Amino acid sequence: MKYVDEYRDAETARALSTAITALCEPGRRYAFMEICGGHTHTIYKHGLEDHLPEAITLVHGPGCPVCVIPMGRVDDAIALAEQDGVIMTSFGDMMRVPGGRGSFLDSKAQGADIRMVYSPLDSLKIARKHPDKQVIFFAIGFETTTPSTAMTVLRAAAEGIDNFAVFCNHVRVTPAITAILESPDLRLDGFVGPGHVSTVIGCEPYEYVARDHGKPIVTSGFEPLDILTSIYQLMKQLAEGRCEVENEYARVVPWAGNPKALAVIDKVMEVRETFEWRGLGWIPDSAMRLRDAYAAFDAEKIYSVPGVRVADPTACQCGEVLRGAIKPWECKVFGTACTPETPIGTCMVSSEGACAAYYNYGRFSRSRVKAAAQS
Amino acid sequence: MTAHDLGAGIPVRAGWAEEAVTAAAAEEHHGAGRGSREEQVLERIARARARKPRLREERITLSHGAGGKATQTLVEAVFLEAFRNPVLEQLEDGASLRMGAERLAFTTDSYVVSPLFFPGGDIGDLAVNGTVNDLAMCGARPLHLSAGFILEEGFPVADLRRIVASMAAAAQRAGVTIVTGDTKVVERGKADGCYVTTAGVGLLERPVTLSAAAARPGDVVLVSGPIGDHGITVMLARGELDIEADLVSDTAALNGIAADLLDAGGDGVRLLRDATRGGVATICNEVAVASGVAVVIEEKAIPVRPVVNGASELLGIDPLYVACEGRFVAVVAPERADAALAALHAHPLGAGAARIGTIADDPPGLVLLRTGFGGTRIVDLLVGDPLPRIC
Amino acid sequence: MCLGIPGEVIELMADHPDLAMVSVEGVKRAVNVGLLREDGNGHEPGRLDLIPGDWILIHVGFALSKIDEKEAKASLEWLTGVGDAYTDELDALAASDIT
Repeated sequence: MKYVDEYRDAETARALSTAITALCEPGRRYAFMEICGGHTHTIYKHGLEDHLPEAITLVHGPGCPVCVIPMGRVDDAIALAEQDGVIMTSFGDMMRVPGGRGSFLDSKAQGADIRMVYSPLDSLKIARKHPDKQVIFFAIGFETTTPSTAMTVLRAAAEGIDNFAVFCNHVRVTPAITAILESPDLRLDGFVGPGHVSTVIGCEPYEYVARDHGKPIVTSGFEPLDILTSIYQLMKQLAEGRCEVENEYARVVPWAGNPKALAVIDKVMEVRETFEWRGLGWIPDSAMRLRDAYAAFDAEKIYSVPGVRVADPTACQCGEVLRGAIKPWECKVFGTACTPETPIGTCMVSSEGACAAYYNYGRFSRSRVKAAAQS
Repeated sequence: MTAHDLGAGIPVRAGWAEEAVTAAAAEEHHGAGRGSREEQVLERIARARARKPRLREERITLSHGAGGKATQTLVEAVFLEAFRNPVLEQLEDGASLRMGAERLAFTTDSYVVSPLFFPGGDIGDLAVNGTVNDLAMCGARPLHLSAGFILEEGFPVADLRRIVASMAAAAQRAGVTIVTGDTKVVERGKADGCYVTTAGVGLLERPVTLSAAAARPGDVVLVSGPIGDHGITVMLARGELDIEADLVSDTAALNGIAADLLDAGGDGVRLLRDATRGGVATICNEVAVASGVAVVIEEKAIPVRPVVNGASELLGIDPLYVACEGRFVAVVAPERADAALAALHAHPLGAGAARIGTIADDPPGLVLLRTGFGGTRIVDLLVGDPLPRIC
Repeated sequence: MCLGIPGEVIELMADHPDLAMVSVEGVKRAVNVGLLREDGNGHEPGRLDLIPGDWILIHVGFALSKIDEKEAKASLEWLTGVGDAYTDELDALAASDIT
């Protein structure tokens, strides 16, 4: 595949790995956080940690928009799905996320009309096809996905479709980064920055990370060589005493982002004063809702949702994993009560979550595997 | 809207989550762990996974039909529990039965694919080929099939004739006869047009016993051709994803090619499994657990058509978990591996056959993938269901 | 969720100004390219700097950005350079003899 395979070459990986190791100061340890769930996924899927020296640790950040949806909001979505005459549509990632009483999949088994879609446009198509039903799109995602929802609402408005609505749970990435930066147990040397979010917001919004908090940040692509290159660039900055925003993903990310996409978001949506993030708590200015002008497409205005808050179980340590304070296997319920099949918390719920990625891909003793590979 | 409007009242707790944590803690036995803290956690997980599976759900969900973890739990916790007997406990593709002087293989299957007709075949092809294949995977010579039809009121007879014609043609190609059957009709709105159930018997003439528990360290893992064609074809044929691709289902009867492989490999063939629901990844996991070995696959060696790769990348799914209906995995002793692969290549259905991995002794029960990038990761059992109603 | 895939523009659909037929390894899908189109002046749709043969990044059925061929080439050249420097090192190491 063009623009994909070239960035998965093992030979180049070994070369980069050597170059990275050469930049390590003797006796010093380094910790870099990758924000995006997609980066976490790549790291585990390709076994990228096998290419890094022991001195470098990767800490998995909160950039998984499925993981951060509080259980109470999932319950709200299920309540919407269970209304008469509603067809609920959602990305596949959300189907198994449990709320306080069960998941979409459980609700579907009990008779709710819940359908998986690949795009909000597919949801609009269903609305056109079933004018007698109310179609609701469960909108999740960072700024990568927000413009697509906004464009779909505009399309619905332009076509005069009156049975399409959005349950808006779009979140913003910089407030999450700030929450990490302000947490007291922060021990990071730099960030592997969000990739596809940056195609929309550009690289400027990250300047405060370098300028005000003294941490270098490199916007990174999603192929394994992209991530290794970003780590190389971070190490180079540290070695040369620089602290800047760099763009490793320039082939896809324009420095100024996508002004049209930003304009479309701004036309249809506004920033909520505050929003609850599972594992991170209430964060101001961190999420979006539809503007009053588009109230006809706002599921929360058409229906009233229960709005009950559901707390994470007492044993759940997702907050610490999301902030990078502990590794997945250091959580007391990891792998026993909390597995991908029976997820207790955020980090296990989505396949991009740190705990799910480690459980599904990285969960083996590296020393035994090395021994087996050499035999 | 303030925090309060968003429900910032006193939170309730999710009962199911609190109970799960308490239950797991109660089952913990804190022994002295060896190795690093991480290794102790891995051991704890291995113990948790080895425990008897418990069915937590009160209702059947689509995950139970995906061929992965949930299906396995359902089979063990409900069906095996109730029907328990030594033959069933083998949980192979077909049951081996002794009837006087003969050994027979006996299997059953049901077909609920949607849509009924798709590029490369239809539910009829799947029904005959799938049943023949289960018998072939036991090492049997397939002989006779039964065919039961559950038809929806209003289903066009012309469509039924098409399906039945496919079945007749497939049966002839495979050298089997459909000797008995049944028909039921249910009201409009049920059975989604047509469901087909089958049973099949075959003769176990070869002295070899194939079993998922037979793999040994050093053995070689082969696959008979490119993976994922059927699952992706059906997904695209549903028309919900607005994706077009030049791809057809790989549905085929494998008894001929399996017989050639057994002729070449003789008693060096440990097991054969067709890669249906859950794909190649599921088979490798079943072998790893049943045989207590590690299955180590080389990512670069897995044959996948570029178009299947493209569709999978686009949808975010992994071809290793996608169903095939005309491909099988074989585990073969190392000294017979070359001959086995040659036998596959010599057969029209085996043109794309490849050696994809080996069996190791450690870590037992796990499937490892050596990525094209030079790293290693696990290929675990499927959780959830990316592709409902594939066969 | 971050899932963004590079795809090649095959055809701009004349009757749907915001749709393009895109191919990913031979898998074809109609993608909405509205986010790459400048705003119009009310009478006509705005400019769309996209032709068949261009590559775009696709996310949930929308094009988010056009792939910059020059930048892609530059980054691949850099990677190849790192690879070459590495193999040169290895060769030099193999060839040197400090005894």
